[in-house]
Amino acid sequence: MSDGIRAGAAIQLLSPEGERVSNTHYDISLGDAELRDLYRDMVLVRRIDTEATALQRQGELGLWASSLGQEAAQVGSARCLRPGDFAFPTYREHGVTWSRGIKPLEFLAMFRGVTNGGWDPIERGCAIYTIVIGNQALHGAGYAMGIQLDDSDDAVIAYFGDGATDEGDVNEAFVFGSVFNAPVVFFCQNNQWAISQPRERRSRAPIHERAAGFGFPGVLVDGNDILAVMAVTREALDRARTGGGPTLVEAYTYRMAAHTTSDDPTRYRRAEELEIWRLRDPIERLKVFLARQGIADRHYFDQIEQEADELAVHVRDGVRSMPEPEATSMFDHVYAESHTLLEEQRRHLHEYEASFVPGGSA
Amino acid sequence: MTAMTMAKALNTGLRRAMEQDSKVILFGEDIGRLGGVFRITDGLQKDFGEHRVMDAPLAESGIVGAAVGLAMRGYRPVVEIQFDGFVYPAFDQIVSQVAKMHRRTEGTVRMPIVIRIPYGGGIGAVEHHSESPEAYFAHTAGLRVLTPGDPQAAFVTIQQAIACDDPVVYFEPKRRYWDKGDVDEGLDARDRQRVPDPWQARVVKAGDDVTVACYGPMVRTCLEAARASSDASLEVIDLQSLSPLDIETLVASVERTGRLVVVHEASANVGIGAEIAARVTERCFYSLEAPVLRVTGFDIPYPASRLEEHFLPDLDRVLDAVDRAMAY
Repeated sequence: MSDGIRAGAAIQLLSPEGERVSNTHYDISLGDAELRDLYRDMVLVRRIDTEATALQRQGELGLWASSLGQEAAQVGSARCLRPGDFAFPTYREHGVTWSRGIKPLEFLAMFRGVTNGGWDPIERGCAIYTIVIGNQALHGAGYAMGIQLDDSDDAVIAYFGDGATDEGDVNEAFVFGSVFNAPVVFFCQNNQWAISQPRERRSRAPIHERAAGFGFPGVLVDGNDILAVMAVTREALDRARTGGGPTLVEAYTYRMAAHTTSDDPTRYRRAEELEIWRLRDPIERLKVFLARQGIADRHYFDQIEQEADELAVHVRDGVRSMPEPEATSMFDHVYAESHTLLEEQRRHLHEYEASFVPGGSA
Repeated sequence: MTAMTMAKALNTGLRRAMEQDSKVILFGEDIGRLGGVFRITDGLQKDFGEHRVMDAPLAESGIVGAAVGLAMRGYRPVVEIQFDGFVYPAFDQIVSQVAKMHRRTEGTVRMPIVIRIPYGGGIGAVEHHSESPEAYFAHTAGLRVLTPGDPQAAFVTIQQAIACDDPVVYFEPKRRYWDKGDVDEGLDARDRQRVPDPWQARVVKAGDDVTVACYGPMVRTCLEAARASSDASLEVIDLQSLSPLDIETLVASVERTGRLVVVHEASANVGIGAEIAARVTERCFYSLEAPVLRVTGFDIPYPASRLEEHFLPDLDRVLDAVDRAMAY
């Protein structure tokens, strides 16, 4: 299977060398402040990722799913959302949750094991992380159907990876989105690997080409080019808002780290592959562009580095000092209205644990 | 009071819920123009429109998964799974998402979804159309499981399930769809003073010697057994709620009768009957005159329809268990 970037098939507005590239259909014009802000977001998200990986190694997090290398796809796409829109992330979309205003400690809490959620999805316009592969694509399609019933011009973006395109739920989401012409953008980050399985095991055809079979447009974009990601996502969201139905965006990117901290990618992929993708780094190319265009200087980059350092301290200290949940809190919110049998178990646990006197002998 | 079938009672209850709350929407295969394969949604699309009674693509996980999204947007989806044996593709969405969303979001996202499933055998159907999968769902924390025993219960509980802020898996005993019973249509299901709590078991016939606990399609069977029983006086309890179970009503009865027979179509192994036996034994150990006995389907895949009369509990098998309980 050919490399979508090398073949020139993917939409690109910023080359890996940081040169602006023109495209006949897509373009984007952003102010200097916004461009600098995109850079800042990507650097900060990457720093959170670095810290989280270290925290997992130190035993402070149970697990971490790294977003390293996918910052442009995530920040760029989520940047295009309006407050009333709704994002459905997987467990790797730290750049998306960050862009929706969810605080790092809120999305780290699940990995610490103090909650299975971390924020109020309705208030933030962003669902909590979904771990079961592909489930959230259907939630996105259904939410978009609700938007239609409301006669609103809000839109949905549903995230998933190349691995999830194997799942029935993602393909069913394409069917539902399509036949109801729902305002949903299916945003697939093709990071080339589903744990140890390469993308060749996903499909014999490129992922974005599947959209045609479902009756809506599919677009291949360089997922490490934040300008192209924004241009493509913006058009897809506009189409959704104006009654044009779904779009499948395949953001061609690369999972630079392991699947999660429990994984060892040296067992299944070559180091040379990483070298190719390191040259396509999403942050570096924007940095070169900003510097060359005189949009940002060394002083600005230093300032962002310093902000990242401070954020890292905040993340480290914040994770370590997260309060331990009360044991009996596990019974909270199982139901909107609890019931007798459950409350009996809660009482039992409470009394059982209270029966142990600290320091007492058995 | 109006005499109507359970099918009509469900249809009337759905209509009432849709009239009272514009957020209530129906979603399922063939439920629109056709009115559902059992006609439970008959006429509702015509009266409420295609936006509120939506025919779904033929994909059960898709139906339930989309309902999760609709619920997040503020709707109260009532989805229909066409037959019991077809709910399994949606099992992942039901147990991983529908059941857990409220807990995972720490109470910020509610899942007021009703999943209607016609279940059980006795209609001579081909395979996958006669199953009783209720224990899978009763086993899953976060779900509520209801099943009506007669048309009046169907009329009221379908409305209560829709009004409930928790997800409800609503099992409809398909072979009782065409049984008639008196329904008080004037009853307002929201009136907590006049309408019974749906999560409470109902004593449908009082008796002294043996408590017979049953639900759904077996309620009629057990009432017939109680009428036919000459030697022992049976107290028949319709559990109605399979999750949570109303153990108190059973305990109160068994403390008087000293004997309990649990009857369901579903297989015995790790089923509702096993759970009831364990809980009642724990609470009523000194009142029991006999072990808790179960009359159930056997631990086999649902048999071909020519054999189902040998598989399904009937009046005689219920009375046989009653005799065994009395003989201890």
